[in-house]
Amino acid sequence: MTQKLVIIGAGMASGRALEHLIEADPNAYDVTLFNAEPRGNYNRIMLSPVLSGEKTYDEIVTHTAEWYEENGVTCRFGEKVANVDRARKVVISENGDEVPYDKLMFGTGSNPFIIPLPGHDLEGVIAYRDLEDTEQMMAMGEGNKVVVIGGGLLGLEAAAGMAAHGVDVTVVHIMGHLMERQLDEAAGFLLRKALVDKGITVRCHANSKEILGENGKVKALLLDDGTELPCDLLVMAVGIRPNVKLAQDIGLAVGKGIHVDDQMLTSDGDIIAVGECVEHDGAIFGLVAPLYDQAKVAAKTLLAEEAKFVQRELSTKLKVTGCDLFSAGDFAEGDDREDIVFRDPARGVYRRLVLKSDKVIGAVMYGDTADSNWFYGLIKDATDVSDMRDTLIFGPAYQGGTPMDPLAAVAALPDDAEICGCNGISKGQIIAAINGGADTLDAVKATSKAGSSCGSCLGLVTQVLGITLGDDFKMPEKETVCKCTDLSHDDVRKLIIAKELKTIPHVMQELEWKSPGGCHVCRPALNYYLVCAWPGEEVDDGKSRFINERVHANIQKDGTYSVVPRMLGGVTTPDELRAIADAADKYNVPTVKVTGGQRIDLLGVKKEDLPAIWYDLGEAGMMSGQAYAKGLRTVKTCVGTDHCRFGTQDSTGLGIKIESEMWGAWSPHKFKLAVTGCPRNCAEATCKDLGIVCVDSGYQILVGGAAGLDLLEAQLLIQVATEEEAIEVACAFYQLYREGAQYLHRPYKWIAKVGLDWVKEQVADDLENRAALAARFRYSQKFYQVDPWAERARKGVDSHEFKPLADFTKVAAE
Amino acid sequence: MSDFIDIGAVSDIPVQGARIVRTVQGDIAIFHTASGNVYAVDEYLPGKAGPLSNGIQHGEKVTDPMYNWVFDLATGEAQGADEGCVGTYEVKVENGRLLLSSDAIAGRVAAE
Repeated sequence: MTQKLVIIGAGMASGRALEHLIEADPNAYDVTLFNAEPRGNYNRIMLSPVLSGEKTYDEIVTHTAEWYEENGVTCRFGEKVANVDRARKVVISENGDEVPYDKLMFGTGSNPFIIPLPGHDLEGVIAYRDLEDTEQMMAMGEGNKVVVIGGGLLGLEAAAGMAAHGVDVTVVHIMGHLMERQLDEAAGFLLRKALVDKGITVRCHANSKEILGENGKVKALLLDDGTELPCDLLVMAVGIRPNVKLAQDIGLAVGKGIHVDDQMLTSDGDIIAVGECVEHDGAIFGLVAPLYDQAKVAAKTLLAEEAKFVQRELSTKLKVTGCDLFSAGDFAEGDDREDIVFRDPARGVYRRLVLKSDKVIGAVMYGDTADSNWFYGLIKDATDVSDMRDTLIFGPAYQGGTPMDPLAAVAALPDDAEICGCNGISKGQIIAAINGGADTLDAVKATSKAGSSCGSCLGLVTQVLGITLGDDFKMPEKETVCKCTDLSHDDVRKLIIAKELKTIPHVMQELEWKSPGGCHVCRPALNYYLVCAWPGEEVDDGKSRFINERVHANIQKDGTYSVVPRMLGGVTTPDELRAIADAADKYNVPTVKVTGGQRIDLLGVKKEDLPAIWYDLGEAGMMSGQAYAKGLRTVKTCVGTDHCRFGTQDSTGLGIKIESEMWGAWSPHKFKLAVTGCPRNCAEATCKDLGIVCVDSGYQILVGGAAGLDLLEAQLLIQVATEEEAIEVACAFYQLYREGAQYLHRPYKWIAKVGLDWVKEQVADDLENRAALAARFRYSQKFYQVDPWAERARKGVDSHEFKPLADFTKVAAE
Repeated sequence: MSDFIDIGAVSDIPVQGARIVRTVQGDIAIFHTASGNVYAVDEYLPGKAGPLSNGIQHGEKVTDPMYNWVFDLATGEAQGADEGCVGTYEVKVENGRLLLSSDAIAGRVAAE
């Protein structure tokens, strides 16, 4: 007979316990779930990305209403539990309802600690705990001032998140350096510097005295040195306390938290507790990893299976938006301890190892945490490091004589090595998931849960994929641009902007190019990066472009060129066709060919004739089709509603509008579009870099298709209702690709690297970002929508490209 | 001693640019490198590379636009794993004028 389980609190720990329970035996219990917050279980760790705008609330929901329904969970959200009658085994809700239980689970979590300063109850004084708090912070913007009390992880996340929205944020911290529980002073200093660079004011050694208000609303924070920090919102992030009130009221054994044994049972054998509300063996818990361990044990206990909760040594890979931090073990100073410290101030890298009796007992890393798992392993296994002491600080790549490739370090990890700390997923479990068919990062995340919480282990998960799949998996490794530099494409792009480099010689000088003038690989890439980064400035260097882009025509194998005028949306006129025919006759064009991009190619034109044929085509109103460009090529269309009985929208018209807006743009590689009027897809939109499929209800925008060396179906980015939105999304997507992709990567390659989900976040979900991208694209277009043929045919630009310097054939013939 | 023929001003070729001189024997590419040096080499290595004046220049080298062979402009030798050599001709700058060895033109004409 089915037993009744009542759960108080829909948090991450109880939610995970519920998952385990249902997975093991969906019929074991009738579950009723109370939650004081008016919603179900969401990933609280991810509130920070929600605050900074990187994610939306919907994306961090762990259990949706459908999930609860499918699994037969009775939800009582927004309803507090007032009491529990243990004698009668009933839970009594605040409105007097009684719900009987056989087993009861406490997942009441914790309460943020509010310092009882005078004024702490003013409006605008909040903690950072739930979605409501997050929403209040998100309401702040430019022109607002916010004070955050608390320089721990949570306070800094709040500060960084709001600073990203342009809020003027001050962090007030009572201790001498930030995150003093996880970081030593030096790392705390680097962190402070990084935050100050983000525009955040940091005050350490600062004692709050009073919160000042006006009309019941917060106005400023007064420090005990008399400083007054004005603010519109005051966030207290000074710690949490297990929420034990109800447990205490009903007589359970309670210390700092609700006492539980190794089976997560409280002092009442029918009541278990998990999460931040518990105290186990004197310890309370705030990080997610032990909570998930508890959830696993709790589920087994509920199923009368054997399980035992064991506290683990905990490392923290911390993520304050944009800063890499790691700390593990014990790093207090002591007479019996030795330090090994490595600093690289230019890169903002700091590493410190604390050794005791030839064993690493603590590690702090800032700026580069790539080797953190290796160091963590040394601490956990108490490895004797006396043999590698000299090179220890440089990490695993420098042990054993020859440098190891980064994969080798991961390959060498044992199967039980923990990769994902949040979810307690080991390397072996990830390999099992991969062998079970999960051959992409997303698939591994979905099936094993590795990397699905905070995401800081995704690099390692990717490496495990690489090792397990071997050649079947393309490692997204850091490639250098070419042999002239050790920098990757991404590095170079970032440095061009950060250092405001505007010429190729300047880039090569500043970034320490190893060859004098670069090579044919890096020169065109650098030129594109400059063109993209500095629209409106004269950065374009024709001598660093491939011949096709330099002379605005495609070189053919015999040294002649092909000429393709633009036909917006693939639509032409009798006059244009006559002009093309006349030009073909006049310049003895041997081949006239219809292209796959719905236009006409004149092949076999002599280089000297190019300006003249362009002049003639220009007279008929035609311009360059840029069929030679790493840039916008064509927008193919079908006839749409104008002529077709199946057409749902004016696909031709939309294609023309898009091409009119986008022609002339340069990009990392060629970019081809299509707009098709119905899902029959006559314009072949589903294999384009960006394709639009018109449907009755609007426009489906697909991206990342390919029909060349690789054949790939484009994937849905978003569906929009209007032409204007479709154009905006197309421009924004193109700009995101232009700004982010490596030179010579088509969009599908770039998407494989950054992930479609990320692209969706940037272009589909974040409307502000979409608008900003589109605006940057349109600004750039002001300078690049110039017909290069007209420039050369009419203004004599680059005339030296088209004429021989001297001609002695005629002399000799005389 | 060979004679030199004035083929134009050195400023007619942009720095890091190249232009051709037509002869009955075929085109010669004249390069003007970033360091200010000038070189004259055959525009084509028949069946293998060219037109070299259309390539990207870097240092005292040029990369063929068709197959990415890299040639040393001073020696005409293909670099790296590729084997081949384009003909080179004497060219110099005097008073801003480009002077090409008459052998490059006359000699080739005479060879007819």
